[in-house]
Amino acid sequence: MTQLIQQLVDGLGRGSEYALIALGIAVIFGVMHLVNFAHGELITVSAYTSYWLFSAGLGWWAMAIGIVVSSVLTSLLIEFVAFRRVRGAADFTMLLTSFGVHFVSQALFVMYVSANVRNFNRPGWVTDVVTVGGVRFEVFDLVTLGVTAVTLAGTVWLLRRTTFGVSLRAAAEDFDAARLMGVRSDRVISGAFALAGLLAGVAAVFVLMRTGRASPTAGLTPMLKGVLAALIGGLGSLQGAVLGGFALGVVEVLLLARLPTAWVGLTNGIVFVLIALLFTFRPGGLLGDHRVERV
Amino acid sequence: MALLAVEGCTVRYGSISAVRNASLTVAAGELVGLIGPNGAGKTSTLSAIAGLFAPAAGTVRLDGHDVTGWSPDKMLRAGLALVPEHRRLFADLTVAENLQVAGVTVARGERQARIDEIASVFPVLGRKWTTAAGYLSGGEAQQLAIARALVTKPKILLMDEPSLGLAPTLVDVVFGLLQSWRGEGFTMLVVEQNATRLLEVADRAYVMRSGEIAAEGPAAELLARADLFDAYVGRGT
Repeated sequence: MTQLIQQLVDGLGRGSEYALIALGIAVIFGVMHLVNFAHGELITVSAYTSYWLFSAGLGWWAMAIGIVVSSVLTSLLIEFVAFRRVRGAADFTMLLTSFGVHFVSQALFVMYVSANVRNFNRPGWVTDVVTVGGVRFEVFDLVTLGVTAVTLAGTVWLLRRTTFGVSLRAAAEDFDAARLMGVRSDRVISGAFALAGLLAGVAAVFVLMRTGRASPTAGLTPMLKGVLAALIGGLGSLQGAVLGGFALGVVEVLLLARLPTAWVGLTNGIVFVLIALLFTFRPGGLLGDHRVERV
Repeated sequence: MALLAVEGCTVRYGSISAVRNASLTVAAGELVGLIGPNGAGKTSTLSAIAGLFAPAAGTVRLDGHDVTGWSPDKMLRAGLALVPEHRRLFADLTVAENLQVAGVTVARGERQARIDEIASVFPVLGRKWTTAAGYLSGGEAQQLAIARALVTKPKILLMDEPSLGLAPTLVDVVFGLLQSWRGEGFTMLVVEQNATRLLEVADRAYVMRSGEIAAEGPAAELLARADLFDAYVGRGT
């Protein structure tokens, strides 16, 4: 039982990162019908920002702020440079654009920085452990969970209590109807990218504290996990994205902990089989749209 | 001078012309109907006027200003609101949130007062304030759709099929509202399948067929012209 609690907290800690990334992906999908495969570049840029700030002698508090700011600015830049030009084009065109941004970004880092991995120190407390009632918790998991809870609460407040947030939810549901109500498309889309950048930035802080490394592909795995989490929750559902992130984190940790050692390499494969089973029984994901039109 | 003047409006979807050279005017205080069979181009005409897409040819003038091709949010700020076909409510948002979105173009200081004012016009909405719009009945949903468009106090209201899918008693409520607003001098351009009911409350009307304006005139005259009415619209609707 003690072990299970530890593993669940560990899974929720890992799932926090996925949830934040997935929520950003779901926000963008909502307003643009785009599964943004360029979302991982926010993590990659954050990784190099960390490396440069670390090299300049700054500590993790300053690095964390730098990571979040760089992620928000990069997200806005990607929207302005790449997606604004193809807005209104077919979904497939935007999907290809997101792949284009991903590959161009990778190439730029390889050409102008390095293809080699850059390392930086992780905070000392990342490996600390506390014992509560006989159960050992990693401080890092608890901090990740706490910051994620605050970030999600702030996001819920933004989406439910501000006119911008309500407009964003409206645009996510029916973009043309929102425009008819006077919602400015440029503003709501830029806002969505800024919010997605903020969420990715917070996730990146924890991803980078854990890995302590920057490379041109640093954002690839977090992005794929975020997309998976958003799919599990039901694309377009913001609550689903968060739930999908936590579910993915917990399942991964439980599989890693409980599979026989020889099978651990199959963890990702088993996760995909479980996702396929989920979609067999719930094609819309955990919280996908099952609404019936009323007359 | 007409409050709304559309001249030579043509709407194309790829190579197909949905509307050809349509011209119409709506004077301040008028209730003008736009009727015709399914596929006649009525919704396309309204959508082009409201800025959902730019017409391939022709002009739209609002209050004397050329507003052709303006975006919907700009049109709304200029005083033209559209209640779209099928209502297009935000089903996951509450009634209050739907009205909040509708008020984004209203000055921040006046927004809540406007929403409260609208809620007093539609008391049923006040009772469902925190209900998600997806859970409203058809009649409630239609009232919310109209209320949203009124939050901005538009100079002219465009309505696309306001009675579509409603029970007969609720259709009476909607046409009752139109009649009462007409009496108050509110300017409206209404597309409606239920042509007979619309002509009973409208000042004038245009009849569309196959993307063109086939006839126009005072509503009472159109209603009386059995030949034209039966040929282009049909009494059954």
